[in-house]
Amino acid sequence: MAKDKLPPLNERRRFLLQTLQGIGLATLGALTWSAYIDEASAASLVLRPPAALKEEDFLSHCIRCGLCVEACPFDTLKLARAGDNIPIGTPYFRAREIPCHMCKDIPCVPVCPSGALDESFVSTITKNGDKELDITLAAMGIAVIDADQCIAFWGIQCDACYRACPLINEAIVIDASRNDRTGKHAFMAPRVIGDVCTGCGMCEKACVTDKASIFVLPLAVAKGRAGSNYIKGWDAQDENRLKDQKGGGETTLTPKSSQKPIDYLNSEEF
Amino acid sequence: MTWLFKHRFLILRRLSQIGMIFLYFAANVWGWKILQGNLGSSLLFETLPLSDPFAVVQMSAAGALLGLDLLIGAGIITLFYALIGGRAFCSWVCPVNMITDAANGLRRLLRINEVEYRYVLSRHLRYWILALSIVLSAIFGVAAFEFVSPIGILNRGLIFGIGFGGAVIAGVFLFDLFGAKNGFCGHLCPLGGFYSLIGRFSLIRVKHNQEKCTVCMKCTEICPEKPVLHMIGKRSEFVTMGECSNCARCIEVCESDALHFDIRFLNQKKSASL
Ligand code: SF4
Ligand code: SF4
Repeated sequence: MAKDKLPPLNERRRFLLQTLQGIGLATLGALTWSAYIDEASAASLVLRPPAALKEEDFLSHCIRCGLCVEACPFDTLKLARAGDNIPIGTPYFRAREIPCHMCKDIPCVPVCPSGALDESFVSTITKNGDKELDITLAAMGIAVIDADQCIAFWGIQCDACYRACPLINEAIVIDASRNDRTGKHAFMAPRVIGDVCTGCGMCEKACVTDKASIFVLPLAVAKGRAGSNYIKGWDAQDENRLKDQKGGGETTLTPKSSQKPIDYLNSEEF
Repeated sequence: MTWLFKHRFLILRRLSQIGMIFLYFAANVWGWKILQGNLGSSLLFETLPLSDPFAVVQMSAAGALLGLDLLIGAGIITLFYALIGGRAFCSWVCPVNMITDAANGLRRLLRINEVEYRYVLSRHLRYWILALSIVLSAIFGVAAFEFVSPIGILNRGLIFGIGFGGAVIAGVFLFDLFGAKNGFCGHLCPLGGFYSLIGRFSLIRVKHNQEKCTVCMKCTEICPEKPVLHMIGKRSEFVTMGECSNCARCIEVCESDALHFDIRFLNQKKSASL
């Protein structure tokens, strides 16, 4: 065999080869490992307990101890297991299965030892300076309605989500409008008020359609962003931002705007 | 009776390992308030926080500003192992130890040890993985080892329900059975490595008494961390290497009573003057 003919490795060569082997193995290990972490930490469609830090910070803070899970009296919270496609060991809930019941004393939050759940997100300061827990400040997500499948939008009477909402008439309101198809009925469609909705998921649980037509999405997924270039003319605070804009205060003159706006309204066809 | 005596530490260790899991489990299922949480972080009697210092190191590397409870808990555990227990976590607490011990037992039964293909898996590998955990934590901003840790998976699995985690545990078992003897705990596990480092100077240690030793080598045969018993039959001294997990198997198998637990530093002077 050719192997027998090779001269024995001297110490230095052996050392060098072993080092190279080590570096090779470590690189391989690091690569597979990091690919795994990258994938596992990318789950964005997961609902976290109330008062959770934003997903990225939440993942670096949570020590996966499950104390929040144990504190939850409704078994809402679960720890992600291998195969759940959620970073392993972290707490989450599925609203359609068991929603958050918005306990007044929020037992899951104060037990968190790591700061992954931050009590200050769900506390208000009372007049005499005490901190008071207030679950209505929670922002676990926002309920979103699929108006195509929600039967209330078809004109069928249903207000299951509205009735189930712990913040009835605040987080979900009913918009009544005329049903022109029949001429004598009304549509009574639910609408979610994003600022108020806590994302508890009671509505998703209550929805009567096969697959819930109202469901909670995490804020980062459900929310749009208008961009800073739009300024609300009806909002005094917003108007101030004009001053900070580059070229703020300049007026653009076009042939049309050379006339006074009031003349324009009076003279042109409108 | 003699069997009981020969296995006294083994029995105590299993009681300790199973007992802790049981308390955690009872906290989750029946709401007992003795030991809540899991090995990541727990609450003893609703007051004393205890947490995994290695996880805390990784989280700090990831840039997290951690809660006070967590830091206190990690401090308590670090102090305990640094002063007293050494690497005792591995043999007295960690649930994976039961899996790897089972693999080891089966290995002996099937006589796989005798046919093992001797490839070199360095015992230093765990320190490289330890370093890698911290580097990857810093890069990705999450505690990297906690994403793959079979210890966490098994521990949470036993307390909260196992799920797909069984595959990982089976992996560790098979690796230890067919792959390498003491493959996971003795070579790969960075948590074991971590406790080896912080427990280096701990007080409770196995001590070898050379005068009684008959050099039968049963202890080195049973020891999962062979190199730590390098003094057997040569010198009377403490097992000082951090890798010793204080599992006491060597003490139990020794028929000539040449090994026992002792308190280091306190008894070192005494024996030196003898
Ligand atoms: S209590 Fe905090 S650290 Fe523990 S699992 Fe829940 S969120 Fe994570
Ligand atoms: S080496 Fe790791 S897996 Fe093995 S007993 Fe120690 S901590 Fe547990």
